[in-house]
Amino acid sequence: MSSIAKPKLTWAGRSVIGVPYLWLLLFFMLPFLIVLKISISEMETVAFKDLITWVDGVLQVRVKLSNYLFITQDDLYFKTYLASLKYAGITTALCLMVGYPFAYFMARAAKAVQPALLMMVMLPFWTSFLLRVYAWKGLLTEGGWVATVLDALRIDQLLIATNLIPGPGQYMNTPFSLVLGMVYTYLPFMILPLYANLSKMDMRLLEAASDLGATPWVTFWKVTVPLSRAGIVAGSMLVFIPCVGEFVIPELLGGPQTLMIGRVLWDEFFANNDWPMASSVAVVMILLILVPLALFNKAQADQEAHR
Amino acid sequence: MSKPLAIPAYQRRGQWIARAWLTAGFVFLYLPIVALVVYSFNNSPLPTVWGGFTLQWFAKLAEDTEILGGLWLSLKIAFCTASAAVVLGMLAAWGLAKFKRFGGRTLMVGMINAPLVMPEVIIGLSLLLMLVSIQRALGYPERGMLTIWLGHLLVGMAYATVVIQARLQDLNPQLEEAAQDLGARPLQVFFLITLPMIAQSLASAWLLTFTLSLDDVVLAAFLSGPGSSTLPLVIFSRARLGLDPSINAVATVVIAVVSLAVVGGSYALARAERRRAQEIAQATRA
Repeated sequence: MSSIAKPKLTWAGRSVIGVPYLWLLLFFMLPFLIVLKISISEMETVAFKDLITWVDGVLQVRVKLSNYLFITQDDLYFKTYLASLKYAGITTALCLMVGYPFAYFMARAAKAVQPALLMMVMLPFWTSFLLRVYAWKGLLTEGGWVATVLDALRIDQLLIATNLIPGPGQYMNTPFSLVLGMVYTYLPFMILPLYANLSKMDMRLLEAASDLGATPWVTFWKVTVPLSRAGIVAGSMLVFIPCVGEFVIPELLGGPQTLMIGRVLWDEFFANNDWPMASSVAVVMILLILVPLALFNKAQADQEAHR
Repeated sequence: MSKPLAIPAYQRRGQWIARAWLTAGFVFLYLPIVALVVYSFNNSPLPTVWGGFTLQWFAKLAEDTEILGGLWLSLKIAFCTASAAVVLGMLAAWGLAKFKRFGGRTLMVGMINAPLVMPEVIIGLSLLLMLVSIQRALGYPERGMLTIWLGHLLVGMAYATVVIQARLQDLNPQLEEAAQDLGARPLQVFFLITLPMIAQSLASAWLLTFTLSLDDVVLAAFLSGPGSSTLPLVIFSRARLGLDPSINAVATVVIAVVSLAVVGGSYALARAERRRAQEIAQATRA
């Protein structure tokens, strides 16, 4: 770059970055601060009281922490947060167990078929997620395709024994249907970053390992898996974080046993009209996903650096 | 592959497992879609019992004003979302690719990555609370199409940035430098060199954000007002009540449109790619 063009570009560059930056600050950052503020505001009949007011020349700060006290002390909230983390964790583990071999085999398939395989993983994205989740309702109700197959294979006995469904043939609105729906929805989010990572792997490293006498099994665990760490973290976070706050799937496929925090937030807001409480629930949820979010950010940066 | 005898036994077994795993995975991914389509032709009052072939659900769909109105609104919002998201995403991606170091870059990268994974209930709630505060102060905007668009644009922009950024990173910077050395001004460089090279990623970003917007329930539920029910909101409220053949019919229409668009799109892309390869070959010969 010539020295004359440089200052010009910086000025132009600043304004180019400035637009999306400001936009993000205004519509992403600021709303969070407002949620934080409302979560500790007292509610009057229609409006929130101001946090800071001047009364007779004295600065008054009114902060209400009772919502947070309520969340930490009330059993329902605590259990719901725990359940959300549990189901998100189970979903992530299952997605990894199914998705890692899937992405691995995709990356090792013949080069000519890989674009087609990738296309086939992405294609369901283009058809509505809502419709695909709804489809499981039909598949799992009595007489549905999957329900019939599960009955025939006697898998229902296993699910009853592990307490995932209450009785024979009752697959819908259970922890089983919830986890199945979440794994189904989020599996591509696990496969895609893993595939991106595994397909770029330097095959010479694997050859080197086998030349040095490692069996395929040892090579896989000692070379392939550690090298794909960034992909594993990115995929897992891409599944785990949205699952914690998932609303649509628990609403359509979950049941009374599977109350999740996204649903609680929804009800506080839409049914109870308690905006400060909904905000507090949201703030606690953000705190829960803060560490996973940082992990995700780091994994994204790692993958970017490896390009 | 040409010498099957040379492949050790464990590798052949591995290939068999690989094929089985991939097949099972794809069956899992596509089974619900197939079921949706099959049952949209089901002539039976019971949703899971097959009662013969019919087109009655499609005929009813054509008269369903709730669904048609929702579809029209959704298409309008999706179009505006995708167009704006590509512009914002391109600016952000270009800025991030060009400038590796500037004050607040980490914050910006974080703000772009966060909406990709952030639970939608949080984004919807926080955006709504802010818009309500603004509305109380200014009397504007009313909840409706505009507010839904803002919410979709926030998430769509993040996705668009990631897609476009991936392409910009693979770009050879020497091409831009060469144009600059030949006297092109920065804007000329951008429109004549950079833009044509990232055009394909702009198109895929546009399509991705379009479908994301067309598909969203949660943000729309928070941000919509009375009388502005998008198609997913209509479907969701029906799906909550139980199985409904009208949803299957909608699904079949959506899947048919998407399949046509994907086939047509890939064909057009392949043709454009071939033409470009020819042009490059001609240019190098000349």
